[in-house]
This record gives sequence, structure tokens and C-alpha cells, in this order.
Amino acid sequence: MYSEKVMDHFTNPRNVGEIENADGVGTVGNPKCGDIMRIFLKIDDGIITDVKFKTFGCGAAIATSSMATEMVKGKSIEDALKLTNKAVAEALDGLPAVKMHCSLLAEQALKEALEDYFNKNNIPLPEGFTKPDVEHDED
Amino acid sequence: MERIYLDNAATTRVRPEVAAEVMPIMTETYGNASSVHAFGREAKKALEKARTQVAAAIGAKKEEIFFTAGGSESDNWALKGAAHQLRAKGNHIITTAIEHHAILHTCKALEKEGFVVTYLPVDEYGLVTPEQVEAAITPQTILVSIMMANNEIGTIEPIAEIGAVCKKHGVLFHTDAVQAIGHVPVDVKAMNVDMLSMSGHKFYAPKGVGALYVRTGVRLENLIEGGAQERSRRAGTENLPAIVGMGKAIELITAEQEAENVRLTALRDRLIQGVLEKIPDSRLNGHPTRRLPGNVNISIRFIEGESLLLSLDMVGIAGSSGSACTSGSLDPSHVLLAIGLPHEIAHGSLRLTLGRDNTEQDVDYVLEQLPKIVERLRSMSPLYADYVSNKQ
Repeated sequence: MYSEKVMDHFTNPRNVGEIENADGVGTVGNPKCGDIMRIFLKIDDGIITDVKFKTFGCGAAIATSSMATEMVKGKSIEDALKLTNKAVAEALDGLPAVKMHCSLLAEQALKEALEDYFNKNNIPLPEGFTKPDVEHDED
Repeated sequence: MERIYLDNAATTRVRPEVAAEVMPIMTETYGNASSVHAFGREAKKALEKARTQVAAAIGAKKEEIFFTAGGSESDNWALKGAAHQLRAKGNHIITTAIEHHAILHTCKALEKEGFVVTYLPVDEYGLVTPEQVEAAITPQTILVSIMMANNEIGTIEPIAEIGAVCKKHGVLFHTDAVQAIGHVPVDVKAMNVDMLSMSGHKFYAPKGVGALYVRTGVRLENLIEGGAQERSRRAGTENLPAIVGMGKAIELITAEQEAENVRLTALRDRLIQGVLEKIPDSRLNGHPTRRLPGNVNISIRFIEGESLLLSLDMVGIAGSSGSACTSGSLDPSHVLLAIGLPHEIAHGSLRLTLGRDNTEQDVDYVLEQLPKIVERLRSMSPLYADYVSNKQ
């Protein structure tokens, strides 16, 4: 059911943990579906220098969290904002259709954390900043 | 790697004595039981022997047993057949909120036809009472269908007492005994059961075969129309290999039931006690004693069922879960919600069901592996992190 990459990221998830005094924290979740993701960001001069996550959820939720953090670590905020759920899913060699909402959750958690960073630092939200709507867009 | 099968409520391994009886039916006694020739007569003899074996196991008469393609067909036939047959008498059906989907979805289909269905709630253990059933009966009630034992949490319902209530009010009573057969002593006459569903693969027979017991005198509209098999009440050439397997399997499990139940109950309780002791913030779902001897269902807070199953599978342990992510829907198990569990706790449920191949070593292996897995998943869980920081 899951690709080898998903199983690899589920078995050996990258960047698990928390960052004390993080510059941005985003928590998203769908209690009905049973997954909650929290992403912590450390940002220096517009670069994501460290990222950690904690996830309560299925194999796909844990794997997408892990992959999303790996894909933005060391990247600029600008590049991180371009990360889409589809890119995360593709990097994992695909997800079963019923699990695509997990990748949306990862994208959403990252954007929540960035929004938190903007708000904390009184930085206006970049033009066109949107967060995916997990509730209504499950595939 | 060692592999331990703890999903016997999903299906079981065909036991060797059963496979040995099934094989010659495929290669030697392969006639059609409806044929006049010797091949057909031999097949017919094997068919009727299996019918006698199934009837004897539940205290029924041979003529009251009808072979089907499994538990789902038996449930569909019992409910649709009775509802359609009795449409002129009334339109009300009583069942419970924790039935198998073969019952619940059939009820939903009947609602679309205009029938009215009452889904009785259950208590925290998953029990429904005869008083609840009696209070729900109206002059329009034509059928009561209540499972003998629940497939997820293993709770055994008071079927004889409910049967007495139905008899008193002259209402037809069906029980889905798919999980109970072989584990719970069944006497359809003493329990006042009018119809009973069973499925062979739950008790070490092949898949794709089941039976519906229909008490003499109970009329049902046919579900499968066609040839004159099963006394013109269920068409289709009989799946003789599987039927013969089911006959042998039910005979064996009934003979061994008492001793095997003692053995399984001890293993079950060892597993339950061990998990509850070793894993903080875990709970048993279902009744502590009124439960199937092989059923363990626990909720482990702050972790999700599918990731638990994947992790167990990696160390060779096969179980199941009521989490949404294993059901293909967004909601966790309707049974766990019906016993009052909040969504996030229902998502962290684990069902391990023991069978005749399982040993004390298997239980101890689970007790060695499971706490490590739970610790790892909890260390990743934001819910656990919040819980720990709130506690301090």
C-alpha cells in the first residue's frame, strides 16, 4: 500500500522533535481523521536553518511530515512557501489516494509556522499567501 | 523473522484436518449435488453430512440449515428476506448501533425502501439489555436483529434473554453469530433464536461459505433466485468443498470448545493484564469478562492505530485497528464511538485476536515489543508532548 520511501520515512523519520524558543510554530490537525502535526522553525536572515516536527497520525502523516521538513531545511522562506503538497507526495513516490490529505496537512502546518513567524516579527504576509483548506479538499 | 498472527477475528487459518477433508471433494467427489448419477449422489451425501454437522453444533434440525456464500449473505438474506416477507404486517426493525456493516448497511438499504430502523445504543461495555429491546418493540415491529458477540470488542450479548423478549411479543429474532460460533455455546431452541448467521472462515474453515439457520415455519423471501438448490430457498450450485470444510470445522471446534476457551481466556487475560501494566494511559475496550475468549481490544492514548499496526507488522505481529486510517473513511470505528470513546482515543485502538495456533510465547513477544513501539510513537506525538507538559 505504501511506497518504500514512505516506509523509510515512517521507520526513520527525519527531524523529529521540538525547537525551544522556535521562531515559528504551526499546529494543524483534523481531530475527526485523527492526525495532528506540529512544525517548529528556526529562521535566520530569511533562511530556515532548522526545522523539527511532531505528528500524531497514520504512516502517511508521519512520512509526509518527515519529508516536508527535509525539503525545506536550509531553504529560504520564499522557496519554502512554494512547497506544495503534491511535491511532498511526489518526493515520497506517491501516496494512496485516501492519504493525500496527509500531504496537505504537512503543507498547511509549514505555512502555519511561517505565518506565526511573520506575525511574531510584524512582517506583512507575502502577497498571495494562502494555506490549503484541509477540511474541504481531501484529494 | 518470526511472524505472529493475531487477527483471528478477521479470518483464520484452515486447520489441517479440515483441509484434508476438503481436498478429495475437489479432486474425487466433484459431482454436482443436484445430479442424478453416482458422482452427484456422492456429492449430495457429503453435502447432507455437512448440514448435519452444522445443525448439531447449534441445536438445530438439519432441515433448518441453509448454506450461503458467507456471513454477509446470511445477514442480507435474513434481514431483507424477513422484511420483505412481513411488509404487510409492519415496517419496524430493531437492531443495535454496534452491529457489523453487513447488518447496518442492509438496514440502511431497507430504510430506503421505507422500513423504519431503531439502532439501540449500548453501554460503555458494548452491552444491550433485553429491557431496551422490549421498550423499543411497537405494534409495527417485525424483526429484531442483535449480534451474539461483537467483532471488534468481543462483547457477548444476552441473546437468550433477548430471545425470550422477542418470543413473548411474537417478533422474529435474528442473531449475527459470525464471531460467536465455536466460542460461545449456542442452542438456538433454548435461546429462542429464529434465524442465525455464521461464516466458516471465522472458525478454521475455508472462506466463501456460511450458513443461515432458519427455524422451521419461518418464511423468508429468497435473496438468490435460480435453481432448486437448498430446497428452492437459495439458488446456486453448492460450494461443496467449502461446505464440507465448514461441517468438519464446526464439529471439531464444538468438541474442543470448552478446553480451548479455558486456554484462550488465560492467554487473553495475560495479554490484557500485561498491556495495561506496561503501557500507561491505555484502557481495555469491551467487557472484562463477558467477552470472546480470544478478543483483546485496547486503546492507547496519544498514538494512532495505523502507525501502530505498521510498526507491529515490522516486528512480525499482525493485528488490526479501529482507526479511521485503516477503515478508508474519516471516522474511527462506529463500535468504539458507540461505547463512548472520544475520536482521538478511538483512533488509537488495537485489536489482537487469539486463535488455536497462538501460544504463551506469542503473548510474551507482544508484551516485549508493544511497549517499545508505543514509546517511540509517543515520542513523536504532539498530543503526548502537550499531555506531559500539562501534567507538570
